[in-house]
Formats: sequence, C-alpha cells, structure tokens
Amino acid sequence: MIHTRPSTDHSKPLTALLVAGAFGVVGLLIVVPLVNVFYEAFARGPGAWWEALVHDPDTRHAIWLSLTVAPVAVAINTLFGIAAAWLVARFRFPGRSLLISFFDVPFSVSPVVAGLALVLIFGRQGLLGPTLAWLDWKIIFAWPGLVLATTFVTLPLVVRELIPVMEAIGPEEELAAVSLGASGWQVFWRVTLPNIRWALLHGIVLANARAMGEFGAVYVVSGHIAGATDTMPLRVEKLFQEYRQPASMAVASVLAGLALVTLVAKFVIERRLEAESRDLAANRSQTDSLDHTKVEGAVA
Amino acid sequence: MSIHVRSISKSFGSFTALDRVSLDVPEGTLLALLGPSGSGKTTLLRIIAGLEFADEGSIEEDGEDITGRHAREREVGFVFQHYALFRHMTVFENIAFGLRVRKVPQAEVTAKVEELLRLVRLDGLGGRKPAQLSGGQRQRVALARALAIRPRILLLDEPFGALDAKVRVELRQWLRRLHDEIGMTSVFVTHDQEEAFELADTVVVMNHGKIEQQGTPDEVFDHPATPFVMDFLGNVNVYHGRVENGRAFWHGIPIDYPDYPHAQAREARVYLRPHELELSPPAAVANRLGTSLPASILRVTRTGSITRVTCRPHGSEQELQVDVPTEMARRLHIDLEPGTHVAITPRKARVFVPDPEYVI
Repeated sequence: MIHTRPSTDHSKPLTALLVAGAFGVVGLLIVVPLVNVFYEAFARGPGAWWEALVHDPDTRHAIWLSLTVAPVAVAINTLFGIAAAWLVARFRFPGRSLLISFFDVPFSVSPVVAGLALVLIFGRQGLLGPTLAWLDWKIIFAWPGLVLATTFVTLPLVVRELIPVMEAIGPEEELAAVSLGASGWQVFWRVTLPNIRWALLHGIVLANARAMGEFGAVYVVSGHIAGATDTMPLRVEKLFQEYRQPASMAVASVLAGLALVTLVAKFVIERRLEAESRDLAANRSQTDSLDHTKVEGAVA
Repeated sequence: MSIHVRSISKSFGSFTALDRVSLDVPEGTLLALLGPSGSGKTTLLRIIAGLEFADEGSIEEDGEDITGRHAREREVGFVFQHYALFRHMTVFENIAFGLRVRKVPQAEVTAKVEELLRLVRLDGLGGRKPAQLSGGQRQRVALARALAIRPRILLLDEPFGALDAKVRVELRQWLRRLHDEIGMTSVFVTHDQEEAFELADTVVVMNHGKIEQQGTPDEVFDHPATPFVMDFLGNVNVYHGRVENGRAFWHGIPIDYPDYPHAQAREARVYLRPHELELSPPAAVANRLGTSLPASILRVTRTGSITRVTCRPHGSEQELQVDVPTEMARRLHIDLEPGTHVAITPRKARVFVPDPEYVI
C-alpha cells in the first residue's frame, strides 16, 4: 500500500492507458449503444416517434401494463423490504444469516429460471394448478404472474439497501421514542422511516428501474400475448422480431430515458446518503473523544 | 416515587447479567449504580425502565407491581448513553416528542418546550439539529426530552460518559443542583467512582450481576464491605498477610481484627489506601517500634495538591504508595528525594479474610 503512490509517478503512461481503456470500454459498450437508441428512435423526427408510441394499441397496452406492474411490484418490495430489514437488523434469531443469504437468491438465479419456477408452481400443470383452477384464479399468462415475476427479480433491492443503514443507526432512537410513550406505529412513522428515507428511496429507484426493464422472468410467465401480457421490454423485442425497427426503437428509447432519469435520481439520493452517513460518523466521533479523555485521566 | 427491585435475575444466553438483585430506591434519592462493564448495572437500569424484562423477580413503584408493564406506560424518563436524539428533528421537536405522541395541544407544547429549554440553558437553540450541537448540549437536550413527559423517575445511562473532562464536571454539578430543585427519584449508571461519589446520595457498587455494597458515599468509601469494593474504589496497597488471635499482620505490624479471634493462623489480605499511610523521619521510628515500617523512597510524583511517594519497605520487594498532601509534605522535615529513609505508619487498614464464614 505504501508504495502505491510513488509507483504511479513512475508509470504515468500506464495510468493514462488504463483511463483511456476504461473510457473506451464504457463508451463502446454503454454510451454509443444508448445514444444510438435515441438516434434511431428520433431518426424520423419527434412526430414519427410519438406516432409509433401511441398509434399501435398493443404498444399502448404494453406501456400501460409496465406502468401498472412495476409500481405494484415495487410497493410489495417496499413493504417486504422494510419489514425484513427491521427483523434482521433489530433481532437475533436462529437462521438469521441463512435468511439474509436467501434475500440474495434472485440476484444469483437466472431470471428465466425464476420464471420457469413460478410456472411450475402456479401454472395450470403446476403444483397449485388444480387449486387455482378451482378458485378460477389465473396467475400465469396473466397480470398477477407478471407482478410475481417482477417482484421476485427485484426482491433484494430494497431490503439489501436498508439492512446496513438500519444496523448503522442502531435501535437507540427507537427505544428512546418508546420510553417517551410512542406506540409502535408512531415509532415507525416519526423515527424509523425518517431515518431510513434516503436509503429506502434509493432502493425503490433501483427496484423500479429493474422492474420496468425486466425481461427474462416476465417473458416466461407472460406467454407473450400482444395486447394482454406484453410489457414494454417484451414489446420492444416483439416489434424488433416483426421488422418494425422504428417502433421498436421508439419504445426502447422510453425505457432508456427511464434509465437516465434513474441515473440522475440515484446520483442525487446517493449524495444525501453520504451526507447522512457523515452526520452519523460525526455523532460517533463525539463518543471517541471521550475514550481519549479517559486515557488521559488515567495517566494523570 | 420510590422503586423496589425484588430479587431480579436476568441472563443473556449463558451469561448471567443479574443474579437475584434486590434494591430499594427511596423517594427523592439520587442513586448511582457503580461498577465495571459487565457488572449488570446497565441491565438493571433498563429493566427498571421497562426496556428489558427480567427472567425472575419483580419491580414495584410505590408498592405497585409494574414488572410486566411496557416501557411506554412506565412514565420513566430515560437518558441514553449516547443521547439517542432524533437526528432528523430539531432540538425543539426532540423535546416536544413525548408531548406530541400524547396529542398535547400546540400552545401547551410550545410553552412546555420553551420552559425546558430555559431549564437546561439552551434558550434560542430550539431550531438547531442535534448534529449542530456540542456533546454537552446534546446531553442537556436528551435530559430535557426525558423531563418533558413529567416522568415519575429519571434514569440515566452513563450520562456523562461521552463528554470531555471539563464539560463532564460542570454538567455533573449542574445535574446535582437540578436534582435538588426538582427532587425527582433518579438512578444513574456509571463506571466512574468520582462521578458516583460526587453526585449521588446513595452509591450501589455492583460486580458480576450482584450488589457488592450499598450505602452513602462516605459509608462505602470508609467502610468497603468487600475486597472488590476496596479494589474498585481505586488506588490501594494490598498486602497478603495472615490473621490470628484477633490480629492481622502487615509487614510485621499488628492490626486489630477482632472478627477472627482464633489461634489457628489464616491467610488475610490487608488493604491500605495511599492517604491512610503516614510518613515520618526515621528518627521517630525508635520511639514507635512495632507500629512503623522503615522504608526508602523510590520515586516522588507531584500531582497538584497531592504528592505521591513510592516507597520500598526495608527487606521487602513490594512497593507502597503513600499520598501526602503537598502542603503537609513541606512540614514533614523529610527530604522527599529517592533514597531517603523514612518511617511509614498505617493510620487505618482494612482486613479481609477469604470466606470467613467457613472459619470454625
């Protein structure tokens, strides 16, 4: 570690090469394709772009479907994320570490596998198929299936964001609120939620971006029915397969635009999060100075 | 409000935090729970607050059993070790919290909070956030917040632990005055004996989940009940000697110990505080043979009002600390330099015989 700094002086060309390489890769893999999406989408002017989005009823439906499935999945995730993070951060119980590792499963499993797994449980031939048929509930190839699949793939995003923040904050403020007479709900709304709000928002933004863009798991459970179960990413693919590239690019540009909005939101929220963790550190350092005094006192 | 703790036990896994602890806190007392970390003092405080529940035993307030009552309903003011201020709220809202959750009307809240801000001498700082305050100010906000709900008892967990030395002393004196003014039954936890002795009416010394001794600061300091209390209360010279026929021996000097009148000698530990030893010129020793110990000075440290003299008794490897008030030292007619011969006379000593109850 100590030698890192001097060695960079000796290898300025290497540093320059690495910087150029990094920018090259980012440019080639991310910036150029993304810019190209917008270029292709608007190649025939904004009028044609708008036409492509709203004229086709199936495309309109896909946009509408994405705008309803994603918020529902994100809402489920938010509720689950807060409850699970609170459980894990505030309590010690057998199986706690195992539970935390399970939160990560959706990250490590291929979304297609996740979709298939859902079909095998909730599909007509699946484990719960007869029960669902008897209840006349349609999950696979329908809206609930889309929500389930989207929730599955976005599951870790909120909870993973909250656990470290809740652990860093600790339970003292909540206990203080209780000793001052606050009920459970009052503690949550007045103390816990304001303390975790930026981390929560960060998780929600990430989960929303992922939910809007999810393809694999949704592809399997949706059945790909135009005008019924096609979400925006599925619509992009279908239009592309049908050689309707301008329309395909127009929908893709909406998704890409969403990604850019997410990027900006993420940047703003991350700055707030950094500021809050600095505050937390400042509170802690007050405590450290005490130990210092104690040592001095002992010497005196 | 008086508190009666009856035979409380609490374990965390295999660790026994409290072992059948009983404690009475009379109305209006300021009581200190003093002990090293892990002695159970904080656990006891949290059980009194209802933030933790005992495995066994009960707690009464004014004769009313409150063992199972939730912290929310105990009307206890609790000041946390690191204050636990609500970081996203202003000082005003922090203090107002207990009133807001009780749906107290706004005008009343404002009046009460302003009054408390004056009480803790933070007038005009109501609009600040906790992060913009110094440690001492945060501590006083925490106190005002706890007092806002008109608690029946006030509990403080290491209230001055996180402050620097100067602020700590100021705040301690201020808290004592505040207690005398409002007269609320208060219990605080500390590992700092100076803090406990200066502030409290009653000091309770705890160790390994048990109460070692309880009494006024003078009682505990002058008559430590156990070797642990003696050790814990700071600087002490320990001598491993023996006891027989009602006398213990310290470097050959007899010390009365009527509790052990038996002829059979037993091991005993003799404890002497540095200020309980007296230095005199060696010439005096001849007259007081058998009551003084000849020794040589090894080191002399001057720390303000006290001069600490480290001596080695002749024919011994042990070192002895002797504290002499600096003003006295000038009148001793002793050259306080390493190598000087002196006589040491014990004025007071405490003898502890291990397990005296097993003595027949």
